[in-house]
Formats: sequence, C-alpha cells, structure tokens
Amino acid sequence: MSSFVIVGAGECGARAAFALRERGFDGAVTLVGTEPLLPYERPPLSKDAIVAGARPTFVADAAHFEAERIRIVIGESVTAIDRNGRNVALSNGSRLPYDKLLLATGASARELPAAPCSDGRIRVLRSYGDASAIRPHMAEGNHIAIIGGGFIGLELAASARKLGASVTILEGLPRVLTRGVPAEIAEVVCNRHRGAGVELLFGIKIAAINERSSDVRISLEDGRVIAANLLVLGIGSIPNVALADAAGLVIDNGIAVDQHLQTSDPDIFAAGDCCSFPIGHYGGRRIRLESWRNAHEQGALAGANMMGAQETSAAVPWFWSDQYDLTLQIAGLAEGAVTTVRRNLSTEAFILFHLDADGRLLAASGVGPGNAIARDIRLAEMLIAAGRHPDPAALAAPEVKLKQLLAA
Amino acid sequence: MTNWIPACRLDDIEQEGARRFDHSGRTYALYRSSDDEVFCTDGLCTHEAVHLADGLVMDYEIECPKHSGIFDYRTGEAKRLPACKNLSVYAARVEDGAVLVELPG
Ligand SMILES: Cc1cc2nc3c(=O)[nH]c(=O)nc-3n(C[C@H](O)[C@H](O)[C@H](O)COP(=O)(O)OP(=O)(O)OC[C@H]3O[C@@H](n4cnc5c(N)ncnc54)[C@H](O)[C@@H]3O)c2cc1C
Ligand code: FES
Repeated sequence: MSSFVIVGAGECGARAAFALRERGFDGAVTLVGTEPLLPYERPPLSKDAIVAGARPTFVADAAHFEAERIRIVIGESVTAIDRNGRNVALSNGSRLPYDKLLLATGASARELPAAPCSDGRIRVLRSYGDASAIRPHMAEGNHIAIIGGGFIGLELAASARKLGASVTILEGLPRVLTRGVPAEIAEVVCNRHRGAGVELLFGIKIAAINERSSDVRISLEDGRVIAANLLVLGIGSIPNVALADAAGLVIDNGIAVDQHLQTSDPDIFAAGDCCSFPIGHYGGRRIRLESWRNAHEQGALAGANMMGAQETSAAVPWFWSDQYDLTLQIAGLAEGAVTTVRRNLSTEAFILFHLDADGRLLAASGVGPGNAIARDIRLAEMLIAAGRHPDPAALAAPEVKLKQLLAA
Repeated sequence: MTNWIPACRLDDIEQEGARRFDHSGRTYALYRSSDDEVFCTDGLCTHEAVHLADGLVMDYEIECPKHSGIFDYRTGEAKRLPACKNLSVYAARVEDGAVLVELPG
C-alpha cells in the first residue's frame, strides 16, 4: 500500500489530505503538525478569536478525519527528510516512510532581533496560542503598541479598540498597508483607525525596546518613548523552509515549486504559505502568497498532483481583511498596471481596477462597509481570469453591471 | 404550521440575482433564476453569519460574499468550502407577479 505524508497540519495540509480521498486515493495518509490542535483557520485569530474569546474554528473535526482514514499526528514535528530512504524523522524519534511527501509548513511571524519574543509582553500573532496569550492584555484601560501597519497589526488594532484597549501603531514607512494595497484604499483604512481613536505614527525608527515586569517601553530615535502593557510585532512573516533546505531542495523566497507544485525532488511537493510558484496569469512570474484562499486551493491541487494528475492552477490571487465594519478585498496582482479606474459603489464603498498598457485587467482592490464590494470584486476576479480587456468607462460606471461585461 | 407569505414582487429581484427578506425576526434569501423560477433559503451563510443575498448568483448557485463558500440555492447543499453545513430551503412560487414563500409560523 502506498503511503503519503503531509508535513504541516494547517489549512493547506488538511485540505490536501481531504483532496486525496476525494480523488480516490486509497493508500495511507498521515498528517503531521507541530501545533497541539487539529487544523484550524488562522484568519479569525486577529478578528473574532481576539474579540470574542472564541474557540478555534477547526477545518474539520476529529470524526471527519477518522471517517476519511486520515491519520493525524499533532504536537509532533518532522525534523528531517531522508530523500534516499524516502522517510521522515519525527520529534518523537519515530520514522514514517513515504511514497509522496507534501510540505505544507506555512510561515512564521517575523521577529525583531532587538526584541526577541518572550512569554511576557512582547508577542507575535500567528497561532491560536499567540491569540490566547494576547487577549488578556486587551482589557479596557490597557495600552497596546503594535509595530507594523500591515493587515495583522491593523486587524488586531481594530479588535483591541472593540475591547476598549488603547492602541498605538508604529510604522517605519509613510503609510499603512504598503504591500500590494493602493494608497487610496490604505488612506480609507487609516482614517477609519484614526476615527476609532488609534494613534498611528509613521516614519518612525526604533532605538530600543525594554521589557519590564510592569510594561514594555519602546524608545524612538527622535527621543519619544511609548509605554505599553503589550507590544505585538506585525512585521510580516517568513516561510518555513528549514526542513526543505536541510534536505537540499531548491529554495527561492520559499520552497521553490513548478506549476504542478512539485519541488526539485519529484516525490516531494510543497504548497501554501511556505512555497513560491510561477503564477500563470502573470507571465509565470515566481511569487509567494500568504492568503487563506491560496493555501486552500494549492492544498487541493497538491493532493491531485501527488496522485499524478499534473494539473496546473488557473486561480487568481484573492485576499480579504476585516477591520471594524470595513471589508477590504483584493483580486489579482497590480504590479505592472499603468491605468487605474475608480468605481464608486456608494459614498463609502469603491473599487479600483488596475489595467496594464494593453488594457488588460490585472487586479481589482476594493474597500467598503459590510459586503458592499464583494460581488463586484468576485466578478472582477472572473474578468481577470478570463484575460479580459474591459472598457474603462464601463468599469467606472456603477450602473453598468460587471456581469454584463463578463458575458460580453 | 406554515403559511404562504408574500415576500416581494418578482421584479424586485434581478434575474440570476438574490434579495434579502426578513420575516418574524428571521432573515431569508430569495433567488430568481435566469428562467424566472424563484427559490428561498436561510438568509445567513452557515460558515459565519453573513447575508448571502449580497453574494454572487451564477446559474443555480449562490456564492457567499465573505469567503466564497458556495451553495446550491435549490437544495441548500453546501458545495464549496469553507461552507460545509447545508442551508435550509423553503418553498417559493410566483403568483400574479408576487413572490410567495412558505415559512413556519
Ligand atoms: C492572524 C492571521 C490573520 C489572517 N487573516 C487572513 C485574512 O483575513 N485573509 C486571508 O486571505 N488570509 C489571512 N491570513 C493568512 C492565512 O491564514 C494563511 O495564508 C494560511 O493559514 C496558510 O496556510 P498554510 O497551511 O499554508 O500554513 P499555516 O497555516 O501556517 O500552517 C502550517 C502548519 O505547519 C506546521 N509546521 C511547520 N513546520 C512543521 C514541521 N516541520 N513539522 C510539523 N508541522 C510543521 C505549523 O506549525 C503550522 O501549524 C491570516 C493569517 C494570520 C496569522
Ligand atoms: S461566511 Fe460564508 S463562506 Fe465564510
């Protein structure tokens, strides 16, 4: 009987395991994960889990894994891959043989060398454990400092305000959301945070961080000192490649895979946050994505290709973020766009369409309350996937239905 | 006990579209297919409580506006993750241009 092993029991690894069964794989499937929990969704960690003290949202319950004959080994790590012997070593000293191996090791939150994360007042937010440790600090009257004005920092700031804590965001660059979000949308988000009483400091340089028993102090180069009950670092994440690297697989901003998610060893695949891959719609450019949808879709694709399907992805990147009543969604990649067209859906909701020199739609980014932008972003994603060159005047006119453009 | 409740006019729902309908403290979604048949499901997605009527209707499917879970609105069947629990469905019909839904209570 053949044996498939999946390293990393996150969104991607779990999805791959189920995909194997959906595709009719009959051999052994083992999912190994470091965290002591069944696979769960990370997006709620900066949102509801923090605000409501919610339990993790599990991808599936234990009975479901069992029914699909997926063996889960949680609380253990894979420590080495023996490519010649085709087996992996586990932290409990055992070995698992594999015919095909999937690396779905995800990413880790970046830390600051000057302020290593402690069990105390300096934290990152990547796991349910992190969220559980952060939440007790969010009480009314407490002050939270966040380094980094990216998605996780901003979502956490919104959650902290909901719970009544005051917040200072420290960003080295001149604005929030500098990676992949148009300035016009970042400005809406920034103003919403200001309106909620969040203090945002831009262009800051940190001189020192001192953790004490009663607080943590962040000294800036301009002499200002920010004292907080808790400091959370939201400065991006780094792909977990150590295992693949030690096994001699090619690494290139993540575990490098081809369009079939195959690494430089044909028996080993990689998917989700940990891998970089050539993206079809954008000329095969190598990118790495950190998004829920990508982890989910690549998990399913990896499962199919471990069984020899040789499928490629036609997916367009898609991402969302929730802050207060606002939802932001981005479909596609805007790099290389020369024209931007704005579509106003209401006084508070709008979408920016990004077109290249030939008028091809590359990306759409939108922000608005509730679900205001969702439908049009979804249709934009379909227009992008179809390689369309929509009329900019039609995109700008909210009365022209995007569904019509898709049918045209 | 169920009753046929007038919900809206057929013209109030776009073809291949959806509309929210609230009744007796509950929320529903009404759908009009491209051949003018009408359907009714629970209004909120079974993944997180989001109004499905804000999502995209394609053929006989509604895609949730939040995380793109998909349901068949004729049967309520969850067809794409993260949606995994089915929606309840309710009988709906058109009479003299009005949409009627059979609802409890
Ligand atoms: C706070 C937060 C909020 C987010 N919000 C959004 C959002 O709103 N929208 C969105 O699109 N995306 C969001 N994301 C991103 C999304 O959650 C990730 O893209 C997704 O979780 C990636 O899934 P993955 O399975 O590839 O990796 P992960 O979820 O990181 O899972 C990898 C797992 O592998 C385990 N592992 C690593 N190495 C080993 C080893 N050697 N042996 C065994 N196990 C190992 C890790 O412990 C981890 O459990 C958010 C992420 C975070 C952290
Ligand atoms: S709320 Fe509908 S798919 Fe998540």
